[in-house]
Amino acid sequence: MSVVDQINRFARRVPSWALYILYLLPVPYLLYLAQTGGLGREPIKALEHELGEIALQLLIISLTITPLRRYLGLNLLKFRRAFGLLAFIYVTLHLLVWLVLDVGIPSQIWADIVKRPYITIGMGAFVLLLPLAVTSNNYAVRRLGAGWRKLHRLAYVVVILGGVHYIMLTKTWALEPMVYMAVILGLLLLRLPKARSKQAA
Amino acid sequence: MAYRWTNRLSRADVTPEALFMNRRQVMAAAVAGVGLAGIGARATADEALEPNAWEDITQYNNFYEFGTGKGDPVAYADALTTDPWTVTIDGMVDTPGDYSFRDIMAEMTIEERIYRLRCVEAWSMVVPWNGFELADLLAMAGVKPDARYVRFETLYRPEEMRGQKYRTIEWPYVEGLRLDEALHPLTIMATGIYGKTIPNQNGAPMRLVVPWKYGFKSIKSIVRITLTDQEPLNTWQQILPNEYGFYANVNPTVDHPRWSQATERKIGGGLFSKRVPTLMFNGYEEDVASLYEGMDLRKFY
Repeated sequence: MSVVDQINRFARRVPSWALYILYLLPVPYLLYLAQTGGLGREPIKALEHELGEIALQLLIISLTITPLRRYLGLNLLKFRRAFGLLAFIYVTLHLLVWLVLDVGIPSQIWADIVKRPYITIGMGAFVLLLPLAVTSNNYAVRRLGAGWRKLHRLAYVVVILGGVHYIMLTKTWALEPMVYMAVILGLLLLRLPKARSKQAA
Repeated sequence: MAYRWTNRLSRADVTPEALFMNRRQVMAAAVAGVGLAGIGARATADEALEPNAWEDITQYNNFYEFGTGKGDPVAYADALTTDPWTVTIDGMVDTPGDYSFRDIMAEMTIEERIYRLRCVEAWSMVVPWNGFELADLLAMAGVKPDARYVRFETLYRPEEMRGQKYRTIEWPYVEGLRLDEALHPLTIMATGIYGKTIPNQNGAPMRLVVPWKYGFKSIKSIVRITLTDQEPLNTWQQILPNEYGFYANVNPTVDHPRWSQATERKIGGGLFSKRVPTLMFNGYEEDVASLYEGMDLRKFY
């Protein structure tokens, strides 16, 4: 039995709720670190950045499911919803830390959303994620039919906005956000019709 | 010529050691879930002027020579050799040359200056520096009458400063001041913090402190000081001229293009630390506003 088959067999046995538990564990751990000095002398920004980075990673993971199946035969489709929803949860937590702990001043929050392009972009990504989170249940999938797939292509826009948001907030051209962006663009390129037809031929 | 400026923050503003220890117990208790009872008791009107803990000052640093993370300097700055140390003073001075740090220290009067430090990233601290006035060092070399600016350079030594192995910024780091800013009695060269030798991550053995300007102007680990008649091109202005200028005076009414400068967060307040309003010239308006009379501070940011 090949490695791929073994992973597929293992994946069939793992319930997707296990993923929620596993991926939500960092939240209490980060809060504990923030309270005990484990996130450094300024825990607010550190917590905000950690949550944002995990959110971006989860969005990226949700984009790998389809290419992994198409190109390697790995079937992790049953986990895609969990990764998407977890990404939404982390984006929400990231936003809450920014709203409540970081800025905390209502007038400045609105001014920042309107005036600061990287915050506008981040907010845009969050707003676009809302309909995706709301329709991430079986009922909505049935109800929307073909429209559901179309709607959920918004995830491509969201992940690009997330990557741009990360690049824009660093003071210099840092390596990490660039690596994220490269991975995002790579995963999206795999979805272009040309790349797909090449694979078919 | 020392003691030209009288500190409005006094020893009384430094957290007494007992209180400082007590605060840790309060924090530990809060973490353990015992309660936050003790905190209200020590909140006073001038809490904003209370110097930060040694750990805040020495573990949360921007010093890209050791990496771009706030914790990188404390983690990696140990590798830096600061003795022997030579500072080249050249350009429009009477006696240009290489000055050893020991010789400089022998000539200077060290005093304590408790200053606010406001980073351009909208966080702040209060630091009890030890050091001498830059004016005294410049007088040692003798400034020629035509000099109008001072240019400073940080050490470039990638084998000891691991951040310099990557071109995150152009090395060496360069900063500059107008001569009148450099000669202002508030402007010091810091060589210590809390009465101890300045740690490497804070810019050992000698770093500039210009308290009314954003922190990046206060260049660290200086090896060269040049008197010139040309406005120096400082590193951040060179990288992002629309975001960072030559003057970089703390100014709550002129925002950074990507974030507001109206408020700041004092480091060390933990997870629930609130932002506080930023003061014009970082609270030193009375002392320095006259330097910029008639200048459009929006244009000369």
